[in-house]
Amino acid sequence: MTDQNTPLVEMKNISISFGGIHAVENASIDLYPGEVVALLGHNGAGKSTLIKILSGAYRRDAGDILINGEPADIRNPRDAKGHGIETIYQTLAVADNVDAAANLYLGRELQTPWGTLDDVAMEANARKVMGRLNPNFKRFKEPVKALSGGQRQSVAIARAILFDARILIMDEPTAALGPQETAQVGDLIKQLKLDGIGIFLISHDIHDVFDLADRVFVMKNGQVVGHARTSDVTKDEVLGMIILGKCPPGAIPGPGAMVAA
Amino acid sequence: MADTMQTTTTSTPRKADTNPVTRFFRATEVDTRLLGMIGALLIIWIGFNILTDGLFLTPRNLWNLTVQTSSVAVMATGMVLVIVTRNIDLSVGSILGFTGMLMGVMQAQILPEWLGFGHPAIWALALAGGLVVGAMVGALHGLVIAFLGVPSFIVTLGGLLIWRGATWFVTSGQTVAPMDPTFRLMGGGTTGSIGATWSWIVGLVACLAIIAAIINARRQRMRFSFPRKPVWAEYVIGGIGCATVLGFVLVANSYYWPVAIARRYAEANNIAWPDGGLQIAHGIAIPVLIAIGAGIVMTFIATRLRFGRYVFAIGGNPEAAELAGIKTRWVTVRIFALMGMLCAVAAAISTARLNAATNAQGELDELYTIAAAVIGGTSLAGGVGTIAGAMLGALVMQSLQSGMVLLGIDTPLQRIVVGAVLVLAVWLDTVYRARAK
Repeated sequence: MTDQNTPLVEMKNISISFGGIHAVENASIDLYPGEVVALLGHNGAGKSTLIKILSGAYRRDAGDILINGEPADIRNPRDAKGHGIETIYQTLAVADNVDAAANLYLGRELQTPWGTLDDVAMEANARKVMGRLNPNFKRFKEPVKALSGGQRQSVAIARAILFDARILIMDEPTAALGPQETAQVGDLIKQLKLDGIGIFLISHDIHDVFDLADRVFVMKNGQVVGHARTSDVTKDEVLGMIILGKCPPGAIPGPGAMVAA
Repeated sequence: MADTMQTTTTSTPRKADTNPVTRFFRATEVDTRLLGMIGALLIIWIGFNILTDGLFLTPRNLWNLTVQTSSVAVMATGMVLVIVTRNIDLSVGSILGFTGMLMGVMQAQILPEWLGFGHPAIWALALAGGLVVGAMVGALHGLVIAFLGVPSFIVTLGGLLIWRGATWFVTSGQTVAPMDPTFRLMGGGTTGSIGATWSWIVGLVACLAIIAAIINARRQRMRFSFPRKPVWAEYVIGGIGCATVLGFVLVANSYYWPVAIARRYAEANNIAWPDGGLQIAHGIAIPVLIAIGAGIVMTFIATRLRFGRYVFAIGGNPEAAELAGIKTRWVTVRIFALMGMLCAVAAAISTARLNAATNAQGELDELYTIAAAVIGGTSLAGGVGTIAGAMLGALVMQSLQSGMVLLGIDTPLQRIVVGAVLVLAVWLDTVYRARAK
């Protein structure tokens, strides 16, 4: 899939610094449709900062963002949403006390011609989207609070899908979840890939990453150590990239790679 | 995956192997909490009826009960939205006093000077003025809470003192009376009721509305072929709803005018005085109609409009609401403005009932209003509450007080009982919620 011509997202030579500290320096990453790209690195390696530039939370000092090959000017979260970029927060950003349909449409409720909420239409669409993402999901009438963590995460993801997201940023999507629910989110991600949605996955869990991601980008000290297809490298080699910045033969080295002695 | 499998498999057999009572509740989709409250209310009523040797469940007492409840019930509808968004409004009693005093001064002193005494527009202008001032006071509270970041507890605690003080300054503490005759209808009483015929008409319209609502909801769900309630369940709900409405009308129509007033009315209208006495039914009191109207409008706002959806979403998860692009601050301002306006409605009812505007009007009402909302199932943690529950809560509180008055219990003891019941109700609710999880 990575052989397609235009990447969905291309971030080229991005730099940003906070008070003289280079949080991200000359970093380039790309993402193709239907692909899951994982961003790995220690805390403070700059992966979250880099991705927040894409989601509009931070503004870059230098570099270019291309969406479908076109330069994109992303200044705030609204611009990002305008480009079809949606972020799934690790803190499960759903309103617990209302049902799934209400959460899916929160802030963009469907209304009848009389200006009242069109709950049935919203529920119908919610059933459609949820049926596609998570066919086992049946509890449309209950407050989201009654759902498991994985089901709530699928509500948050369905919300992004409903708003025509083509690029999903998932920041530690399974951090708050148990093993079964993590598996559920994994299934969801595979489902989204089939729909041609590109996903940036930020994770600490290297097992998750090897299960779900097609490629990994490893960052260290604000620089990209290198990137590789998950099929070309082993977990130990990727750990070596994270800890030492050492690029294995299967990976393509970036500016942050340790120079071979 | 295994997780969802589990939930679906456990929910299917649940329907089959439970007892008929549980199955009945599931099919009718009634709120068991609300049902519990109605049960508690009935126990209180029957208990007092036994203790007072049948004085409690008389048309007269029930009719008075509904009239006495209406002022707090109106404010409780707004308090639900305030508490749902994790705020509190301690100033409602003082806003009631302030707007009541303004409406009193407007109709007794200012407007008659301009329009002449007894002008038919006086009551409407005074009421409109009160509503606008109430909304403005509420909006001011909301602005300070939302944009200056002062906690609502503090802002409205300040409001409690400020508006009570302002009430005093309107007339330097003097009581204003009497009210405009038309305005006074809002307080109930013999003339402030709509009579037997109109009561039946209102009752029948309400029944038709209940049936129409059930049919409409069913059609909507059919349109998208969603699962529906069994038909018998719809009949049961419709039947109970209509029976309640008509029963209420029957009670209101069984309370007749006092003999002296009926005699005066007969003389004035040249009606011969029959042997058994002239029996003119009160019918539903106007303040009760106002309260029910407020309840319906507020339920509509809370459940059918975007604004209401936002109120609950903010209560459930303020960050999620903010991330979803909801202007949470303006929603807060609007909630408090609405609350202020409802205080003015309650003020109109209570000044009209008293036929005077006084300094002390509405004192302690903030506590009764909050208690009504909380007894009615509104969670102080936010996100949960219903308008109907809060109004029932107001009725429960008033029933307790009214029953104790009938029993001749002293005011200090009444307060002790009401206070204890409030704590007990919230404790029971906590237990219920913990089980429901």
